[in-house]
Amino acid sequence: MTALFTMTMQPGNKWSAHVGRGKAITLTATGDRANLSALLFHAQDPAERYNMPDTLKAQHTAFLTTGNILMTDQGKALASITEDTVGWHDPLSGYTTRQATDEKYGKTTYQDQRNDWLRSGEENFKVELFRHNLSPRDIGVPVNFFSKVVCELDGTMKYMLQETAARSVTIRTEMDILLVLSNTPHPLDPSGQYPDASIVVSVADAEPVSEMDPCVVHCEENRRAFENTWNAYALLKGAN
Amino acid sequence: MSTFQPVDSPLLTEQAMYEQVIPAGDGWLHDLLPGQVLRIVDMEGNQAVDTLFYSTEDPTDHYSAVRTMTRQGNLYLTTGSTLLAESGRELMRITADTCGRHDTIGGACSAQSNTVRYAHDKLPMHNCRDTFMLMLSQRDEFTKRDLAPNVNFFMNVPVTPEGELTFADGLSAPGRYVELLALAPVTVLISNCPQLNNPCNAYNPTPAKVLIWNAEGVSAHV
Repeated sequence: MTALFTMTMQPGNKWSAHVGRGKAITLTATGDRANLSALLFHAQDPAERYNMPDTLKAQHTAFLTTGNILMTDQGKALASITEDTVGWHDPLSGYTTRQATDEKYGKTTYQDQRNDWLRSGEENFKVELFRHNLSPRDIGVPVNFFSKVVCELDGTMKYMLQETAARSVTIRTEMDILLVLSNTPHPLDPSGQYPDASIVVSVADAEPVSEMDPCVVHCEENRRAFENTWNAYALLKGAN
Repeated sequence: MSTFQPVDSPLLTEQAMYEQVIPAGDGWLHDLLPGQVLRIVDMEGNQAVDTLFYSTEDPTDHYSAVRTMTRQGNLYLTTGSTLLAESGRELMRITADTCGRHDTIGGACSAQSNTVRYAHDKLPMHNCRDTFMLMLSQRDEFTKRDLAPNVNFFMNVPVTPEGELTFADGLSAPGRYVELLALAPVTVLISNCPQLNNPCNAYNPTPAKVLIWNAEGVSAHV
């Protein structure tokens, strides 16, 4: 696949864009302890958005990897994870806040450090949402790509180190989406050192989805979510 | 692994200033003042009480499942848990709990998620998100954007260390309750779940009860 678009997100960077249906977005980490927090919305109607509980319940999973899909609150397949060499992406832990960033890594300011000051997921999301006429009201649960959090039987959440350098995950868009990304630390990463992994974002045209697509056949629930998406697009499509 | 210790409330039901039964499938929207205590009672056992919280002073600031979970480093809520809003604002603290398991990640059933989880022909069935939307539509300050992952009181959604998510039942029982202290002006939204598609409630949704006590020394009416 030839990339239509490639960019590199340095640590702390944010990015948002509308990405049309049928694209393959490949995220590649250049180092270990990478974490990319992502919010996803339906591009034309951002009140419809990625829904963590619906996604996890339907697939009986507390983490995301190849074969899993991200579902909207309207029972649709929003995006699919078609390839993954990382193994575990965390949907449970949210984003770093300004307060937590200051407490964990020490207070930094633009006045002192210029562009080396340490950004937080909270502020990155606020800015990128506002850019698209949304607001902090629209901050929900992100997917934390590249991060692994294991829950013990009593519910204790444990951040686990997993190799991320040169590993990648590919997300295929099943709907037109608004994608909001923040390359900021995982909130449960116990290290006092701000992560230094940049993320390469590469977008290409995806192959058409077949009835036997691994994400479609992953479970009956996924197939019905795809059918809901296909039906919605069938209703929108013009006669010509 | 810690073992659950039930914590009873010292509050007497006859001193509650408000008492209301929420029938199965119904909703409840109510404002609390700081210091007021809300008790939610699972009247017949194993009923899921889907609940959301908003800052009354800023209704765009909703309960945040992930900020609440990461702050306490644990998926589940019980006595001592502080429920946070997306801004980090402290909304409620659980001060008593005789059930021991309250879910933060299972969310609310909806017509559309029922089509995904069960079958396309479940679309017409009554569901929690419809109740949430009907209740929120009573007030101009709310829109669909204000729906967020909610708390499911009395519901057990275990996650295994392997990352498997399951639904279990049998932890709650008739009369078990959870009690929450309002730390700020808080708007509480409840959908008493009408889910008929899974065995958590033996396919029989049942009523819940809410009681409110005033802050000590305060006689405010709500």
